[in-house]
Amino acid sequence: MSLTRLIGMIARTGTVAEPITAADIEVREGFVPPPCLRGSAQVRHVDAGSCNGCEIEVAAAFGPVYDVERFGARLVASPRHADVVAVTGVVSVNMADPLRNTIEATPNPRVVVSIGDCTRNCGVFADSYAVAGTVDDLTEVDVHVPGCPPAPEAIVAALRAVTQR
Amino acid sequence: MMASVLVIAVHLAFALAVTPLLIGVMRTVRARLEGRVGGGVLQPWRDVIKLFGKEPVRAPGSSPVLVWAPLLLMASSLVLVALIPLVSTLPLASVPGDLFVVVSVLLLGTVALAMLGLESGTAFGGMGSSRHMMFTALVEPTVLLSIYALSVPVGTSALAAIVRGRRDDLSLLLNPVSILAIAALVVVVIAETGRLPVDNPSTHLELTMVHEAMILESGGRDLGWLEFGSWLRLTGLLGLAVNLAVPWGLASDATALALIIGTATTTVKLLLVGAALAAVEVFIAKLRLFRVPELLAGSFVLAFLSVSASYLVF
Repeated sequence: MSLTRLIGMIARTGTVAEPITAADIEVREGFVPPPCLRGSAQVRHVDAGSCNGCEIEVAAAFGPVYDVERFGARLVASPRHADVVAVTGVVSVNMADPLRNTIEATPNPRVVVSIGDCTRNCGVFADSYAVAGTVDDLTEVDVHVPGCPPAPEAIVAALRAVTQR
Repeated sequence: MMASVLVIAVHLAFALAVTPLLIGVMRTVRARLEGRVGGGVLQPWRDVIKLFGKEPVRAPGSSPVLVWAPLLLMASSLVLVALIPLVSTLPLASVPGDLFVVVSVLLLGTVALAMLGLESGTAFGGMGSSRHMMFTALVEPTVLLSIYALSVPVGTSALAAIVRGRRDDLSLLLNPVSILAIAALVVVVIAETGRLPVDNPSTHLELTMVHEAMILESGGRDLGWLEFGSWLRLTGLLGLAVNLAVPWGLASDATALALIIGTATTTVKLLLVGAALAAVEVFIAKLRLFRVPELLAGSFVLAFLSVSASYLVF
């Protein structure tokens, strides 16, 4: 694509971010968002054994249309940089320790967000020999996003519950 | 003496206040061109304030390097912005605002970062450090040479005097020496501050990281110092390049009015150049690592030609 066509496309497209509608999320009883995370939360996403359905929705939530970055949430490459650990999928036997280590490597105060029905009830993977349990078995989850897969709006709502913007 | 203290205080206050704004403007310009809304120009402020409020997690068995390297980077960046003529061209009494001092201070921060990358003990940290040192070895001679070319007609290597000399004499600005040296300087500033096409500051892919790979293992307050220190280097180097290219509006005495005008013009210049840099970054991809030395060697050739030409022109 030539440079002029690209500039033309940028000018025509403008901003594609849409207003966010309300969505159902489940917040743990007694969960208070850490005050220092107000307006800024870096997210480390861990796929603990997901079918990649939730990953597509997470990518959409951080994409141009749902654009959760406007509420202060940003994906980072290291748990040391993160404030929020976002877990998707069942916890497979091989991912149980890495998930535990990731949560431990995240500086306090940290928030654990579980995304998708599998993190509560293992979905179609229940009773598989490769499944170690649910995310709830492994750690205390602060915010849960229901759905199989959840809508990007719900993921945005969960992260907004942390950044309060 | 009092004037120098005042100028240094103004430089530090200016850099601390404007740096997060500059990063915020650059990220917002990029987000808007990509069709996103972005976090807003104040998001970097919120990020660093949050990081300073978080306890760092340090790996068991790590040495004190993990603690002092971020502080050393931040300290060297503060010295850098204090010495570079960002707001005023007043020569600093008993502090050398010399080209060679500035490059040494820059190198101190680079070494602190590289040590930190090695300290983490992970493959990516060491990889980032080795890449960063390779870039540094190619960048530092070009910085020295390009500013040296600009210092030849002025007859001093003090940065403030070079900027003042260029402002007073228009013929120094519009000649091949100056244009070649500024072009070389812009390339090395981009390389040294880890912007596209040399390094991608927003990458999540460990194998493509340079700067990010070194700071992967730092969190909380440590990461806050590292982020702010790296941003200050961008402000300092970009401010130096833009003030050498467009030297007008800077304060030449330590009166309040001159300093306010100097602060305002430098802020406008920095934000405009930052926005332009971010806009250009949307259109380019990261260079392959083994192509980067070609780019930096090209900038070295420009700087070398500039020095050679300076003996023919002046």
